[in-house]
Amino acid sequence: MKAGKQLHLTNFDMSKQQQSSGLPTLPGGIEPVMVGRRLFLRYAGAFAAGGALIASCKNAEENPITVPVSVDLGTGDIGILNYAYALEQLEAAFYTQVVATPYANMSAAELAILTDIRNHEIIHREFFKAALGTMAIGALVPEFGTVNFTDRTSVLSTAKAFEDLGVSAYNGAGNLITSPDYLLLAGKIVSVEARHAAAIRDLLNPKSADFAGDDVVAPATGLDVASKPTAVLPIAQTFVKTPITGANLPTA
Amino acid sequence: MNLFNIISEIEKIDPEANEKFNFYSRRNLMKIGSNLVAAGIPVFVATTLNQAFAQSAGPSAAAVGVLNYALTLEYLEDEYYRLGLAASGLIPTTDRTIMTQISKHEAAHVALLKGALGTSAVAKPAFKFPTGTFTSYQTFLGLARALEDTGVAAYKGQAGALINDKPILQTALQIHSVEARHASEVRRLLALKGWVSDPAQTTFSQGGVNLKTLPNVTGFSDDSFREAFDEPLTMAQVLTIATPYLG
Repeated sequence: MKAGKQLHLTNFDMSKQQQSSGLPTLPGGIEPVMVGRRLFLRYAGAFAAGGALIASCKNAEENPITVPVSVDLGTGDIGILNYAYALEQLEAAFYTQVVATPYANMSAAELAILTDIRNHEIIHREFFKAALGTMAIGALVPEFGTVNFTDRTSVLSTAKAFEDLGVSAYNGAGNLITSPDYLLLAGKIVSVEARHAAAIRDLLNPKSADFAGDDVVAPATGLDVASKPTAVLPIAQTFVKTPITGANLPTA
Repeated sequence: MNLFNIISEIEKIDPEANEKFNFYSRRNLMKIGSNLVAAGIPVFVATTLNQAFAQSAGPSAAAVGVLNYALTLEYLEDEYYRLGLAASGLIPTTDRTIMTQISKHEAAHVALLKGALGTSAVAKPAFKFPTGTFTSYQTFLGLARALEDTGVAAYKGQAGALINDKPILQTALQIHSVEARHASEVRRLLALKGWVSDPAQTTFSQGGVNLKTLPNVTGFSDDSFREAFDEPLTMAQVLTIATPYLG
């Protein structure tokens, strides 16, 4: 397939996405694209050193897959909402996998908690996608290779990391938002993430101080962590194949 | 500044606040006033000053009002857990670590807000709690849950008012998520879910988006849609909730 050939498109509007440098030129601004095997392999080589992606592509012609082209979150409030959307995509994908393939000896109570959280994260993801409309970034391709989904500690530790990261990200992004309406929406979501974080932390270390542990809530001030996108995105990136840039996000 | 000022602040924001508070008799207001005088301003060394204030020319008048409102709620929470921890036999040994951690944070929030407000800080009011609060652990947890969930909603409700005081907004958000962690933990001690579903909420729209018609949410319960977004409370709503506990 030549780069310029008409491609199968998803029904996403990918106007906010960009390609990273050094890759074949695709028709302007239209990604992620569903492509045939040959172009896919070129991308796979460029992005992922092959392995897992190629192994999963046995029937590329029949089941074209989404190529992880790079994503630019954009500018201003829309950029911050896309930043939130990216994090929610990551969380939703993670919990979807957790519930689909429960770790060994997952109790009914734990399954109920993790299913609730999955539902909340999917609702958040779909909410941002709908609210952003044509300004929404595309679907990110998660990379959970470091997570052992059969192991309780691996899953819950990853969940804890995601929830704490989400809390710190929303806390740090609040004063980058200019619209009071968006600020309130972010506020409505961040406390739900904090509730998740406390529950997950209590599952890992029941009846301890960890639900709001000194590692995240500074003992002297009682303040939770607040992190800027420049600190959050490199961490999030380790769980996402799709290269994400927040270079155009507001910084103050 | 005292509670009179907070109520007048509310009236600036919500001209109908006085109507809404018509149950709140003048007599009670006077009582609060005299208690405030009697209590005086506690001697309190705020060891941690809010960097927000060091970096800015100072908070706006609106921010001072919000911070004193927050401080009043933190005074209430701080006193509540202090009394709970001091009540012999109330908190089971297994849960003391949790309650001590929460109490530590509430004390830190009081110190932080007082330090930030300096001479503008409202004095600590006298509080009262229902009979039996500190003799039944389930009763104690029940009110703790109410205070924490209300605290989360109260901070959230003020975010917009701080949008032009960015460092203060960030600090308020950093307290807000801690209250949410507390709320989740206390709720789960009560065998509740860590997240909130208010059955009275029968519409499912956020930011103009109907959550129930989104893709990929087929089969989700109404609870999931309610739980996914924590709702705010206005200052007037919060004071209605807090009033029974003001001495």
